[in-house]
Amino acid sequence: MKALRNIVDKLKPTFSEGGKLGFLHSTFEGFETFLFVPDTTTTKGAHIRDCNDMKRTMIMVIVALIPAFLFGCYWTGAQVGLEGLTAFVYGLIRILPMVAVSYIVGLAIEFYFAQIRKHEINEGFLVSGLLIPMIMPVSTPLWMVGLATAFAVIFGKEVFGGTGMNVFNPALLARAFVFFAYTPQISGEQVWYSNWTMMGAQVDGVTGATALEKLATTGTMGEWSAMDAFLGFIPGSFGETSTLAILIGAVVLLGAGIASWRTMVSVFVGGLAMGYLFQAVGLTEYPVWWHLIVGGFAFGAVFMATDPVTSAQTNTGKYIVGFMTGAIAVLIRVVNPAYPEGMMLSILFMNALAPLVDYFVVEANINRRKNRVKTVK
Amino acid sequence: MSNKNLKYLTGPFSANNPVIVQILGICSALAVTVQLKPAIVMALSVTAVTAFSNLVMSLLRNGVPSRIRIIVQLVVIAALVILVDQVLKAFVYDVSKQLSVYVGLIITNCIVMGRVEAFALGNGPWASFLDGIGNGLGYGLILVVVAFFRELFGSGTLYGFRVIPESWYITEGGFYANNGLMLFPPMALIIVGCIIWVHRSKNKDLQEK
Repeated sequence: MKALRNIVDKLKPTFSEGGKLGFLHSTFEGFETFLFVPDTTTTKGAHIRDCNDMKRTMIMVIVALIPAFLFGCYWTGAQVGLEGLTAFVYGLIRILPMVAVSYIVGLAIEFYFAQIRKHEINEGFLVSGLLIPMIMPVSTPLWMVGLATAFAVIFGKEVFGGTGMNVFNPALLARAFVFFAYTPQISGEQVWYSNWTMMGAQVDGVTGATALEKLATTGTMGEWSAMDAFLGFIPGSFGETSTLAILIGAVVLLGAGIASWRTMVSVFVGGLAMGYLFQAVGLTEYPVWWHLIVGGFAFGAVFMATDPVTSAQTNTGKYIVGFMTGAIAVLIRVVNPAYPEGMMLSILFMNALAPLVDYFVVEANINRRKNRVKTVK
Repeated sequence: MSNKNLKYLTGPFSANNPVIVQILGICSALAVTVQLKPAIVMALSVTAVTAFSNLVMSLLRNGVPSRIRIIVQLVVIAALVILVDQVLKAFVYDVSKQLSVYVGLIITNCIVMGRVEAFALGNGPWASFLDGIGNGLGYGLILVVVAFFRELFGSGTLYGFRVIPESWYITEGGFYANNGLMLFPPMALIIVGCIIWVHRSKNKDLQEK
């Protein structure tokens, strides 16, 4: 530890303002605070002292993603006929290039923009970089992952001013980009399965629609039971299949006080409410709670809708936005045959509306208090 | 050509571009730029309409009472657009089909009436004619740039000729795929946004304080 500290201290003057590599100071600062707790203190204004800084928040979200990630590794291998540890290692090797591409492209752009704007480097992309490969089919070509990441970071984040300023969830924007730009690579029957022949994987002839697509076309989950869907033994994007693993992540997020339970719960309530409505009018016949365990509903509710930047800021707003997110997701699933999955579009849509919801919540509060003053008089 | 007149002609190419500085004519810039060919035809049509509507209105400007000038402008512009439409139908029928309603909608293109109102009513015929040509070409320039990127990445062709080889495509065993988002209008808006971004970072005097 001490040796590392010495190296950092020695390099510091070179990268500080006026040093030889002074223009790279925010890059250096990013790495230094990554290694050591910063020793600078704020001197002005009122502050809340909390050990939960942004880096730790982001790391907790990564921890919460681990169960879904590990299950994704295993299931990727298991789908091509491997078993046990071999399946897990196969899946890990399969997904690592995607994770690497997403991080390298995203961080390079973040560092570049922080540098030319003379900002500090923010940690926001640590989570987005892992989310992006987890919400894509495992066979997505790497250059598409890179292009989608670049698009999402530049047009979703940097043009609005960087981390904390984005209107839309960057990871979902990356998926939306692939979804609209390269539709054949993210839908259909082939893409959900790995196509790498190694370690004895049987990739030929492994094909089949997702449970979600079957639900949309036939009203049943095909050969899978509801238990399969809950545990995650169904085709789908890399990290989204196992509702159980996602719920473990949800417990971590809620236990650490990072994600809002208001948003999370109201997304599920909204989905169920809309589902019951459709069942009441006879549009669907399968059990309503199936909506919550197939496709990206749970993943979106736990990791995407709760994004503190793009979701609503007020508590009442969180209930409203969460409810609408779940309701619209089910609405798209049931009513629009072109889009079997509605979670991505509904979260992005509600991201756009969240500031408006907040505005009306705040206005309503002001009016309520004004009326109270009037009645006292 | 005098220096002043030259400025009327070339000003709208960059510093006073109708699309990326005045933000006029965005609608058709999104609609007709999926491929280069219709974009070029559209650019030429709009140039012809702006140039001649400017010329005609400039000649008429002292004889038209200002209370009815909008109606007179509309008649002139509509007549010119119908003329252009008929010429396109006669000589490039397939492109005319592709452009469909957008040729007729040149009437509503803000650039045409904007230039007549802002320039032709207060300047001589020759200057107005040059201003019309300049604005039409400035609009066309943006159209061509947007269409270049949209056709190249959306269809893999340029002006109908294949640029990205067939063998690169995933369906043919390669690795490449066309970007379907390029065929949608939102991507055209993003490309226009990028052009504005680059243009403003090069022209410091356009940046808002």
